[in-house]
Amino acid sequence: MIVLNATLVAVTYMVLLERKVIAWAQSRLGPMRVGPYGILQPVADAVKLMIKEDITPVRADPWVFTAAPIISMVPALIVYAVIPFGPEVRLFGRQVTLYITDINVGLLYIVSVASVGVYGIILAGYASNSKYPLLASLRASAQLISYEVAVTLTLVSVIMMAGSLSMVSIVRAQQSTHLWYAFVQPVAFLIFFIGGLAETNRAPFDLPEAEQELTGGFHTEYSGMRFALFFLAEYANMIVVSSVATTLFLGGWLRPFPNVAFLGFLDVVPAWTWFLIKSFVFLYIFIWVRATLPRYRYDQLMRLGWKVLIPLAIANLVVTGIVKVLMV
Amino acid sequence: MAQAIAFYFIAACILGFAVLVISTKDTVHSVLFLVLDFLFVAALYVLLGAQFVAAIQVLVYAGGIVVLYLFVVMLVNLKRPPEAHQDPRRRTMLGFLLAAAVLVELGAIAVYGYGQPAPIVAPAAAMPVTGNTEQVGWLLYTSYLIPFEIASMLLLVAMIGAIVLAKREL
Repeated sequence: MIVLNATLVAVTYMVLLERKVIAWAQSRLGPMRVGPYGILQPVADAVKLMIKEDITPVRADPWVFTAAPIISMVPALIVYAVIPFGPEVRLFGRQVTLYITDINVGLLYIVSVASVGVYGIILAGYASNSKYPLLASLRASAQLISYEVAVTLTLVSVIMMAGSLSMVSIVRAQQSTHLWYAFVQPVAFLIFFIGGLAETNRAPFDLPEAEQELTGGFHTEYSGMRFALFFLAEYANMIVVSSVATTLFLGGWLRPFPNVAFLGFLDVVPAWTWFLIKSFVFLYIFIWVRATLPRYRYDQLMRLGWKVLIPLAIANLVVTGIVKVLMV
Repeated sequence: MAQAIAFYFIAACILGFAVLVISTKDTVHSVLFLVLDFLFVAALYVLLGAQFVAAIQVLVYAGGIVVLYLFVVMLVNLKRPPEAHQDPRRRTMLGFLLAAAVLVELGAIAVYGYGQPAPIVAPAAAMPVTGNTEQVGWLLYTSYLIPFEIASMLLLVAMIGAIVLAKREL
């Protein structure tokens, strides 16, 4: 429950952060009116979206049209069940774990739940019964399926390093190897990052939302709170990707140089703070990339996915396997 | 007790959605019920303690294969009403015959199964690894190595076949 609420608040503030950072990148001020420096803007946005009229197009498929935003939101939220924000801590004299559950197939769970999230987009485009959303949703789902392959292959190389699918064990394995996996697996890290941008439909891979070609994307026909759900799902997915990247490649809740004794004073800072800082850096890079890079063309996007990233990920996997066998 | 209730609930949902898959008029709705069906099958695996198989079920079937189904359904326009069957009575007869055959088979298996004592399950203690995923991997690479390799050969052949069919000139 706490995680859920924290996520939703984080998501709304991500929107504000994005608007602010992009404004700064373009020498503007961004939202300034609501609250000092616009920090109450998310509240105003939320109220506006909730009281807006909720329109269902006449030609739309009403059931699927209603279900689509829910289908895209739910997977984005239930993934948080296996993300470890920190190790066990003592809180008011009780032992509390900073993750909801540590299942044996944690990483696989994330991948499979994320793959269900595609339905939200496809169905939104289909149910709107209108040509631009349909084109956008076909684009989005083709993109998601293509990049999912590369991302999953990089995850396999991380699993081979850690020898476990459990998120908590992967973090502990990084502690015992004295190195974050970002340094052991730089190629996998890079592919995961690019794939993460593509899977969350972010610039420079935001083809499904290309305004010039598609008027707005698969959610063109949506309004009010249902539109807001798609928006929330996109940002919640960004947070998921950064949390997973932090856990797998940047040592999760571990402080920098976890085994160097003279940096022990850093342990004063609670472990979850490190997790939040690392995830935040990721989110900032997401926004930064959007403000900096132009959009890809669609054939370039597909070529990058299938002809560069997937072979690279497979090669990385093979090399990881060989090195692992040779070192044992 | 709770497990029995969960089992019957999940089983009822699986059967219910399976009926809806074949009875709805709209093809996209039918595909969606298929997804729900797969998700409940995954829930059944979790109930049996096979989390690994459940995750794979969701990943491969619900997340992968049905997305492709949906693509195909959306690309070939199925909005027009289905054409009438040329000889509906003959097909109905064939359907009933097949259904009866399956029913007899299932009945025979059930009767035979009740007569026999339950087969002795290999003790899990024989495996040197613990954990769901590890055990599945261990079994695949020891007891079931040959079937596993044959299955992967089959998939490889299917993949090559698809490429050859799709690309006339190589």
